Amino acid sequence: MTVREIRDAIRSGERSAVEICRETLARIDAANPLLNAFNTVAADRALARADAIDRDGDLRRGAPLAGVPIAIKDNICTNGLRTTASSRMLEHFVPPYDATVVSRLEAAGAVVVGKTNCDEFAMGSSNETSAFGPVRNPWALDRSPGGTSGGSAAAVAAGLTPCALGSDTGGSVRQPSSLCGVVGLKPTYGRVSRFGLIAHGSSLDQIGPIGRRARDVAIVLGASAGADACDSTSAPEPVPDYEAALTGDVRGVRIGVPRALVEQGVDPEVARATEAALEVLQARGAALVDVDLPHARYATPVYYLVSTAEASSNLARYDGVRYGFRASGADVRAMYGETRGRGFGAEVKRRIMLGTYVLSAGYYDAYYLKAQQVRTLILRDYDRAFERVDVVAMPTSPVPAFRLGEKIADPLQMYLVDVFTVSANLTGLPAINVPCGFTPKPAAPTPGASHAGEGGLPIGLQLTGRRFDEAMLLRLADAYERDTEWSTQLPPIPSR
Amino acid sequence: MDGWLTRITSMLASDMPPALTRDDAARIAALAQLDLSEDELDLLARQLGDILGYAEQVRQIDTAGVVPTASVVTRHAADRADELQPSLDRDAALANAPDPALDAGLFKVPRVIG
Repeated sequence: MTVREIRDAIRSGERSAVEICRETLARIDAANPLLNAFNTVAADRALARADAIDRDGDLRRGAPLAGVPIAIKDNICTNGLRTTASSRMLEHFVPPYDATVVSRLEAAGAVVVGKTNCDEFAMGSSNETSAFGPVRNPWALDRSPGGTSGGSAAAVAAGLTPCALGSDTGGSVRQPSSLCGVVGLKPTYGRVSRFGLIAHGSSLDQIGPIGRRARDVAIVLGASAGADACDSTSAPEPVPDYEAALTGDVRGVRIGVPRALVEQGVDPEVARATEAALEVLQARGAALVDVDLPHARYATPVYYLVSTAEASSNLARYDGVRYGFRASGADVRAMYGETRGRGFGAEVKRRIMLGTYVLSAGYYDAYYLKAQQVRTLILRDYDRAFERVDVVAMPTSPVPAFRLGEKIADPLQMYLVDVFTVSANLTGLPAINVPCGFTPKPAAPTPGASHAGEGGLPIGLQLTGRRFDEAMLLRLADAYERDTEWSTQLPPIPSR
Repeated sequence: MDGWLTRITSMLASDMPPALTRDDAARIAALAQLDLSEDELDLLARQLGDILGYAEQVRQIDTAGVVPTASVVTRHAADRADELQPSLDRDAALANAPDPALDAGLFKVPRVIG
């Protein structure tokens, strides 16, 4: 069921929140041993919350997410519920407060059913850096679900929960959504409060919703967004009615296509499917316009200089003193070094090292300052494009889901997967993944290879919009869904 | 032949960063308070060298007179009245500590001086 179907069924009294919650927990129990999408399942907490909703008539009938189960990425704090960031460093950390987005969603009637696996401290592109093992892609269990919000995307793709929250620092909502075939939105920087999100790159991080339909994502975004006194970077702009924007009417909408940017390094099937998706929107009355983003091709190296610098500073707090893992040490400096050396995994250490290097004396101007200047040039490219178009379109990921183990040994190859997603974080612009097809299956399927990864892998279209114009992205995604059937397909997971 | 060519090429490209040595990696690790094994230092020296080599294209871009962007926030909603508000209580703040002194309300750490 979709978010809207569940909400409407509970509102009308046709279903109870407890029933929906029990079914959700049963699906998770059946599928999680296969997918490893959840680090923690909060069955008792969820059932108690569902029961409270069933008993509260006003909440049940009036709340925008009454009784809707939601999975929360395990780097978003939940009061009294273990929050690990998929790191040994926080393996036993139980936050004493809720992230603002969690308290808002619960106030809107949502039922938190568990915490989803992700790359460690949201650093990675494949979910393989998790200290608790990788999530498996529901469409092909030997493949990555993408990262870093791989558990959230896989949970929604497999139909375990109708929606989930991820966080997106360089594509971590959109890329796993693309690889798992679901809708994922990174809102404008500041649209959703970051209070209670475990910090990675503070000028880039943003929490975003994942769902099977654009409408579901619109509903969750509406309940999450808005200014927050606890996050000074949250935006005072009013939150529009995102559902009301889903009119199906895209006549006259101008879609910018940066052909020079996408002409190289894109898998031919991904290129074909995203071109075809744009033709669907064109047939509905949207116009395709060529745009040039000359500096966007530098976005990946700029991103890895800026984000690691910010991460190295943010992760300095994990010192074994106030919370988290502590190693023994003869004195306090030895304790710091051993705690951090043993508590962090390889990718996190690599990024702390890179970030420390680019911020260190003698290299700051050459790398960090330079990257921030090129960040300005990328921003200007987009500003210029938005004088002529309403959105910019390109593939979300240059490749469909790759095999677990295929890229993890070569960090640079892994970073290159982020080529189309990082610009939205550097510029703060909103961007959405829209499922737009599958890689073709071979004519004669191999016997016994039911979902072994021979074709049938999801492909995603990315649309980037103007600041605070999430409504336009959702309208286009919803209009596209009306003409296609990609988002109604479910992977062959034995749990259902 | 290859080695000779590589040396000449790197001499010509004077902006190229020198390959990172294990000592460089050890110096960075000390700044970051990370205890790393010798194997980790060797691997990281090589990998950071690769990544910085890739980032070299950024250093070639003309950015004369371009202001750096550190934040994309244009309007802050941060102002509020300076009033006393409830905060975490002490026990909750200490609940996750590896070595709390609950009665004294302190985080204990190993020896700091001497």
